[in-house]
Amino acid sequence: MFPLKVTDLRWRVGGRAVLDGLTLELGGDGITILLGPNGAGKSVLLRSLCGLIEPESGHIDFGGGPRPDFGVAMVFQQPKMLRDSLLGNVELALRPLGAAAAERRSRAHAVLERVGLAHRATDSARGLSGGERQRLALARAWITRPRLLLLDEPTASLDPSSVEAIERIVREIRTEGTRILMTTHNLGQATRLADDVVFMDAGRVCEHAPVQRFFARPASQAARLYILGELPWRMAF
Amino acid sequence: MAHGFLKLLKSVVLGLAALASTAQAGESIVLASTTSTEQSGLFNFILPIFEKDSGIAVKVVALGTGQALDVGRRGDADVLLVHDRAAEDKFVAEGYGVDRRDVMYNDFVLVGPAADAAGVKGAKDAVDAFGRIARKGASWVSRGDRSGTHAAELRFWQSAGVEPKGQGWYKEAGAGMGPTLNMAAGMGAYTLADRGTWASFKNRQDLAILCAGDPKLYNPYGVMLVNPARHPHVKRAAGERFINWITSAEGRRAISAYRIGNEQLFYPLPVAR
Amino acid sequence: MSGLGAAFSDAFALLAGFDHQVAEIVTLSLEVSGLAVLLGTLIGLPLGACLGVGRFPGRQLLVVMLNGCMGLPSVVVGVVVYLALSRSGPLGYLGLLYSPTAMVIAQTVLVVPLMAAIARQVVEDAWREYEEELTAMGFRWAGRVRVLLYDCRHSLLVALLAGLGRAMSEVGAVMIVGGNIDRSTRTMTTAIALETSKGDLPLAVALGMVLLAVILLLNGVAYALRQWAMRRYA
Repeated sequence: MFPLKVTDLRWRVGGRAVLDGLTLELGGDGITILLGPNGAGKSVLLRSLCGLIEPESGHIDFGGGPRPDFGVAMVFQQPKMLRDSLLGNVELALRPLGAAAAERRSRAHAVLERVGLAHRATDSARGLSGGERQRLALARAWITRPRLLLLDEPTASLDPSSVEAIERIVREIRTEGTRILMTTHNLGQATRLADDVVFMDAGRVCEHAPVQRFFARPASQAARLYILGELPWRMAF
Repeated sequence: MAHGFLKLLKSVVLGLAALASTAQAGESIVLASTTSTEQSGLFNFILPIFEKDSGIAVKVVALGTGQALDVGRRGDADVLLVHDRAAEDKFVAEGYGVDRRDVMYNDFVLVGPAADAAGVKGAKDAVDAFGRIARKGASWVSRGDRSGTHAAELRFWQSAGVEPKGQGWYKEAGAGMGPTLNMAAGMGAYTLADRGTWASFKNRQDLAILCAGDPKLYNPYGVMLVNPARHPHVKRAAGERFINWITSAEGRRAISAYRIGNEQLFYPLPVAR
Repeated sequence: MSGLGAAFSDAFALLAGFDHQVAEIVTLSLEVSGLAVLLGTLIGLPLGACLGVGRFPGRQLLVVMLNGCMGLPSVVVGVVVYLALSRSGPLGYLGLLYSPTAMVIAQTVLVVPLMAAIARQVVEDAWREYEEELTAMGFRWAGRVRVLLYDCRHSLLVALLAGLGRAMSEVGAVMIVGGNIDRSTRTMTTAIALETSKGDLPLAVALGMVLLAVILLLNGVAYALRQWAMRRYA
């Protein structure tokens, strides 16, 4: 599946080029953080990587072949949960893989344990808080043991302790050998999690660099402005 | 999910099996007959006697005579009991029915509003009464459903030299005897009814018998078997047994014994073939 | 004493002396309509869900046809099923005419379009919500249909109730294919039609009230079930 090569991807909506000749190559492990202003095309890139969007031109090459049927999982910014228990929602992801009922059940229990939701396994998924819901969404993706996990702003609008819990889970998933590509607007989170950073603007990749070099010496003007644009966050006394 | 689906399927199969088994508890025949015999309560009275005697359940489908003959033509009944001699003879001549026998008779009655605008009360001659109604243009509700009663009514109009179709006072209900009586009661109209249905009809309101007893109002019923040569699935033995019974001395006794109040509604006919 | 009020007071008196024959008729009605709705669930709900999820040429035409069939007069369905089951018809060899099974078939034909049309709407709405998630997980259409039917199970109770209401209250189809045979194919509605044509209006009203009571009871149970589910699954 790796190296994942994206070549000259183009996709327009309403005449506006959302992906405008995007080219990117990802190696076999680590966490890549996708940065860039709203409208840069980050979510569209993730959707085309998991097959939800068919680009108008260009192609995506998964280690020398087309996208495999399974092995790529995606967690959306606002995950939708079925009107079912947590267990039911997690097991759902194993259905297309044809796992037997007993195996689904035991794997679901195990993964709920790992995201810290085992005690609520039989509760309704629709009654979860925002942070719990994101953890459940991660569990639903993790249970399939994906090779590539796409996360679209998994910590947007969460409180700091929820963000921390999510980051811990993301690191664990990575440790088990899953390649992670994740968008965020939280630069602190990027420095905490990323191995490398891809900076996008106007439907192209401006810069792809190891995290330390990216933040120390951003190569492109757009990235420099984006980093500097972080609003002051410490109260002035 | 799949489990639930299978469970549902299983319950449907079991339910259908249960329904089918209650429906086929013993031997039975389908008797297509007229609303007049069913609604007068005659069958409820005589059929249990036959069923007890023979062990054969008789399922009565009550329709107009015309419809009942159609059902027989398609082979959807085993025995017919109807009242339109001309149509019955045609049915037998065309090879749809066999073994037609006279069963019983009652009579038609001309009913109408007690106020009797057409002045037919006490008329001895039914044809004369029909003529008076037409001349007066008094409201008339016709069955209009090709039933035996409808056929009889049309014969009276013809004898009276009246073409009622299309006249303002002539309304075709296209319904059974009961609904037609309901309509006549509601509109204060005249209509022709068989005595059986009239006797058991409860919503008379202002209606009363105005003309009865004319021999021309004679209303004979005949029974016949649907031709097994044409429809091999017809239950010939059970059907013949019913026909033999209803035309036997015992069957005739049962028919004579049925009364509403003190009124005998049907009179058995001697077997004449 | 022939007004509506009299009919109602007589009806109450008749119900007080509720007899076993009425119980038999009620039981048959429930059995026949219940089975028709079960069959409608097995056929109509997946059919509607497929139309709600699928995107294929001719789909919109099918949706319009399905919605149109909701208004199919029961008499028409009765006549068509009668002609099919008649000894002279294509399925005559089964010998099903004038049996409860024939009534189940006719009512199934009647409720399938109704239940499918409701399921189509409900599932299509849910599909819009889950489309990306389920597609990304790798569900193909059969899997999507199953997941969405399960997820909408509480909303789909409405389809069951609508089907049951239609089946229990229709008279045209069961009259024609069942024949309104005493102690065999007489349902609440055909009994009401019979009593009306005999001019026994109080008894017709009494039976009508029994029918209404049964339908109300079933609706009450379904409503309670739905309330419970809404609390349970937010």
